[in-house]
Amino acid sequence: MMTATAIQGFTQVDFDAFLALRAEEPAWLTTLRKDAWQRFEALDWPARNEEEWSRTDIRLFHLDRFAMPTTSDVAPPLAPGLLTHDVDLAGQLIGYNSQAATESLAEEIASQGVLFGSLDRLVIEQGDLLRPYFDREVVNRSKDKFAALHAACWSGGTLLYVPKGVAMEKPFHALSALGDGGIDLSKTLVILGDGAEATLLTETASTSETDSGLHCGSIELIVEPEAKLRYVNLQNWSKGVWHFAHQKATVDRNATLQWTIGALGAKLAKVNQEVALTGPDAEVQVNGVMFTEGRQHLSYNTHQHHQAPYCRSDLLYKSALQDRARTVWRGMIKVDVAAQRTDAYQRNDNLMLAPTARADSIPGLEIEADDVRCTHGSTSGRVDESQVFYAMTRGFTRTEAVRMIVAGFFQQVFDRISIESVRVALGEAIAQRVQDLDQPTPSAN
Amino acid sequence: MTETLKIADLHVAVEGKPILRGVNLTIRRGETHALMGPNGSGKSTLGNAVMGHPSYEVTGGTIELNGENVLEWDASERARAGIFMAFQRPMSIPGVKMADFLRHAATNVRNPDRKEGADLIPMREFRKELKEKMADLRMDVEFARRYVNDGFSGGEMKRAEILQLAMLRPKFAILDETDSGLDVDAVKLASQSIAQISQETDKGQEMGILIITHHDKLLDQNTPDFTHVMLGGKIVETGGVELARELYTEGYDRVRAAHPDAAKLEAELQENDAVAV
Repeated sequence: MMTATAIQGFTQVDFDAFLALRAEEPAWLTTLRKDAWQRFEALDWPARNEEEWSRTDIRLFHLDRFAMPTTSDVAPPLAPGLLTHDVDLAGQLIGYNSQAATESLAEEIASQGVLFGSLDRLVIEQGDLLRPYFDREVVNRSKDKFAALHAACWSGGTLLYVPKGVAMEKPFHALSALGDGGIDLSKTLVILGDGAEATLLTETASTSETDSGLHCGSIELIVEPEAKLRYVNLQNWSKGVWHFAHQKATVDRNATLQWTIGALGAKLAKVNQEVALTGPDAEVQVNGVMFTEGRQHLSYNTHQHHQAPYCRSDLLYKSALQDRARTVWRGMIKVDVAAQRTDAYQRNDNLMLAPTARADSIPGLEIEADDVRCTHGSTSGRVDESQVFYAMTRGFTRTEAVRMIVAGFFQQVFDRISIESVRVALGEAIAQRVQDLDQPTPSAN
Repeated sequence: MTETLKIADLHVAVEGKPILRGVNLTIRRGETHALMGPNGSGKSTLGNAVMGHPSYEVTGGTIELNGENVLEWDASERARAGIFMAFQRPMSIPGVKMADFLRHAATNVRNPDRKEGADLIPMREFRKELKEKMADLRMDVEFARRYVNDGFSGGEMKRAEILQLAMLRPKFAILDETDSGLDVDAVKLASQSIAQISQETDKGQEMGILIITHHDKLLDQNTPDFTHVMLGGKIVETGGVELARELYTEGYDRVRAAHPDAAKLEAELQENDAVAV
């Protein structure tokens, strides 16, 4: 019998021990992991002088405070999550510290060929089916040191595979929790075959509000022709969690994707979110809701890549910032030569609730086709004092007026989200934050 | 005792620039006052100062409600004490539905001592009342689900202001050009509605209203007991309904000639276009 070496960090010895625990994985995956590990070892950590990292300081991040995921952590009882109140689910997966804790999938759904559950388990059971999707390398495994680390050491994670022509009405739900000092290297892989339809709600949580932790993850959404995916990820870790992620969707001919991101937690987040419209008439809507406080730093690079003609993409990110919080949004719409008749939009609105908060908003366009409609906008401002006055003349107290105006600011994103439980959950989470709002100092106008 | 809103020797400056220079005006509940005067004479400034707009600095004089010093109250306290203004250009509040806005507003105004977070008017009761008031104003029910003044036409905004007047039932209301931007039929409806709302009694007393207007239509149904003419930041003449009739047919030339000092101040004020007065 083989005794596993205790994993203590991110050395070659730890990696070998990590692989030894995964001896059942298909050989092609082990090869992928080893290649990625070599890239991880060869790459430097992002430097401050790289444009993408110039506004996000990770000097206080030390990987050696964490260790590769093992299989020994037992999940404590976890709160049920925010997104599924009163929702009848098709299946549910709960993960803790990068490993599956519980899984469920309704029998009548499994019988239609739908796969849902722990990616760790399913990649062993369904290696041949999944290999081509790994081979597509939707998220570039060499993009940076975080991407390489994740590709080498991903663990746990979620798979949703819906075969061609199968439409799922009930949503699937995945909750991924972190314990204090825990690590989450989970990967989310969603594959919708031609004409398939599904909704996946994912969310993250911490076991306490002060937990530290590390998430270095990826999301890959593969939406084949004519398919329809609604995907939600709500990031609700404690404010001690480092969050590094590469997320990408590829949306083919006539397919649609509604992708909603909610970001409430994390100490520092550096997220690359990309949508690639790869077939004609693809349609993508991206919704982002952020509420930051304390010294949180959330940085999002969004990329709308139009590779085919007649596609539409529409991105709206809204953030409210309190205290000394900082957000960075860098948006890019890229339109390839082939992508004539593109209709693309990106917008970022920031509501500054404290003079010490800071929001950087940097929209960008890179257009190679000549017959396109691409627009962008961004706003950053405080709560409008003339709106506050108007509400006060109707009897609202100043605090009530400000809360209402902040809630209204987010309502404009909620109106776009077609899943009621998500609208309600995000609305309540925001309302809770808004309730905690101190009476802000009036701006001088 | 008849409740009274009393403005005495009121001086108001905006960004350090004096706009009102000693306004005296007393309104009792049940009275209808018309306030007329050329653009830029200070009519809207008076309304904003009464409501407590932070950009309008009261540099002298008093505003009292039944002898209490209104100037010590913020806009919210004034609203809950029963003072209302229908704005010429009301603000939009995107993402906030008219119905939700009004339910919260009506709750606060009707329960001036309500603590933040305390219960609102029960939904069923509120909906029924709102529906009735909207029907009176011939407003589509869909209106309640729209965001406060967001994308409203000029006429829709004015009707929304009248709806708020009807729901909040103040003791004193200032209507700042509530007839502008409305077509003939809409002005007629607005006039009738305002007349009806202002004649509803609360503790035996009707509303006291101050109508700022350039036209006669609103005054047809709301015959002023008093007409005041503002020029250069002062009320220079006060008369009855006949004065209003004279002004909207003849204009202000006679008034200017009779009050050359105020006319001179008016000309100076006109030079500063940046300030909405």
